[in-house]
Amino acid sequence: MNIYLQTLKRDLRIAIRNPSSVINPLLFFVISVSLFPLAISPEASTLSQIAAGIIWVASMLSVLLSLNALFHNDFENGVLEQMAISHYSLPLLILSKIISHWILTGIPIILLSPLLGVFLFLDSDGIWVLMLTLLLATPSLSLIGSIGASLIVGIKNSGMLLSLLILPLYIPILIFASSAVSQAQFGLEITGQLYFLATFLVVSLLTAPYVSAVSLKISLE
Amino acid sequence: MSKLIVTDLCCQRGYNQLFSDLSFEVASTNILRITGTNGSGKTSLLKILAGLNSSEKGSVVLNDFTVNSDEYQQQVFYLGHSQAISSELSVIENLEFLTSLSKTTDKQLLSNALDNIGLKGYSDEYCSKLSAGQKRRVILAGLFVSDAKVWLLDEPFTALDNNGIKIVEGLIESHCNDGGICIFTTHQDSSLANQKYLAL
Repeated sequence: MNIYLQTLKRDLRIAIRNPSSVINPLLFFVISVSLFPLAISPEASTLSQIAAGIIWVASMLSVLLSLNALFHNDFENGVLEQMAISHYSLPLLILSKIISHWILTGIPIILLSPLLGVFLFLDSDGIWVLMLTLLLATPSLSLIGSIGASLIVGIKNSGMLLSLLILPLYIPILIFASSAVSQAQFGLEITGQLYFLATFLVVSLLTAPYVSAVSLKISLE
Repeated sequence: MSKLIVTDLCCQRGYNQLFSDLSFEVASTNILRITGTNGSGKTSLLKILAGLNSSEKGSVVLNDFTVNSDEYQQQVFYLGHSQAISSELSVIENLEFLTSLSKTTDKQLLSNALDNIGLKGYSDEYCSKLSAGQKRRVILAGLFVSDAKVWLLDEPFTALDNNGIKIVEGLIESHCNDGGICIFTTHQDSSLANQKYLAL
């Protein structure tokens, strides 16, 4: 089997055997969204206005929560060292790890979002656009997040540092994705926002694995 | 005939100059043992030879291929201080992944390698259930199936019992008799014949 597929399979297998690392960020996502109606207002009109923002902020934070584990274990146990000296492309090996991270966090978030959308009185157009923006942008969250995760991999207790590094880069995604959902609720055109998210995805796909590989090599020295 | 040529290597860690202008050659069938006190730069030197660390100056060339080129990396097997295994995976799953980072290996060969390294019957055991010496043996089993010309082994005998040490020494000897190169560090006594020394 291809080494890149094998890396992907290995990461998925480890996650399945250690499910708390996958389930905790998802529980955080669901719980934090479900607290907003209790704190703000159970009114349908209020909630539907802020639903997109709530779901997007919660999904971003839950991805952030899961990023620490992306490289940490493999760094500690020396597997990353073996990957770095392999003659296979380190950026592509890292891309396999990022894809498995997206499968384990991004896809469950996309699948849970319609349920939470209904919970927050989002209309059907809004729910579709919400899912579309999540589909376009959650891979970018994993890709950009990998840069932060690779920079802090050798540092202990670096959760806050990761947030400081990564959140500013997430902000354009947050602005464009949540505005796409709110505009769709009013029946307005959203192609501009979708194009922006798609561009962001392409740019991060082309750059993030290389940047992560360079910073991992520095961390391994 | 393989030849590893190291020229003018320098290594600095923090404010300490570990070594400078280090040059040596190792040819096929040679076993080179790097000796030195703790912190003298043995691991740093092996990491430079493996392509993990970069040297401030100098060069490392194996048969005209410089360190970090694909051809060079294909010829090198590196064993670091860490076990390089995940506790969530079984012995055979870990070994399969580690060896596939250099080449695809048949599962039967891997299973034989585990038998030979003394892990017979442990192939489906989770690595979290193994002792430190058994964990070390998982990555050492990779030596049985490795095609690499140069073995860089950092403290390969750590946590191994006498029987394990004998198996690894036998492997190193047969690898070098077949035209390979082995560079290793250890603080333990080693009964390897014909080893040369490099003191840091």
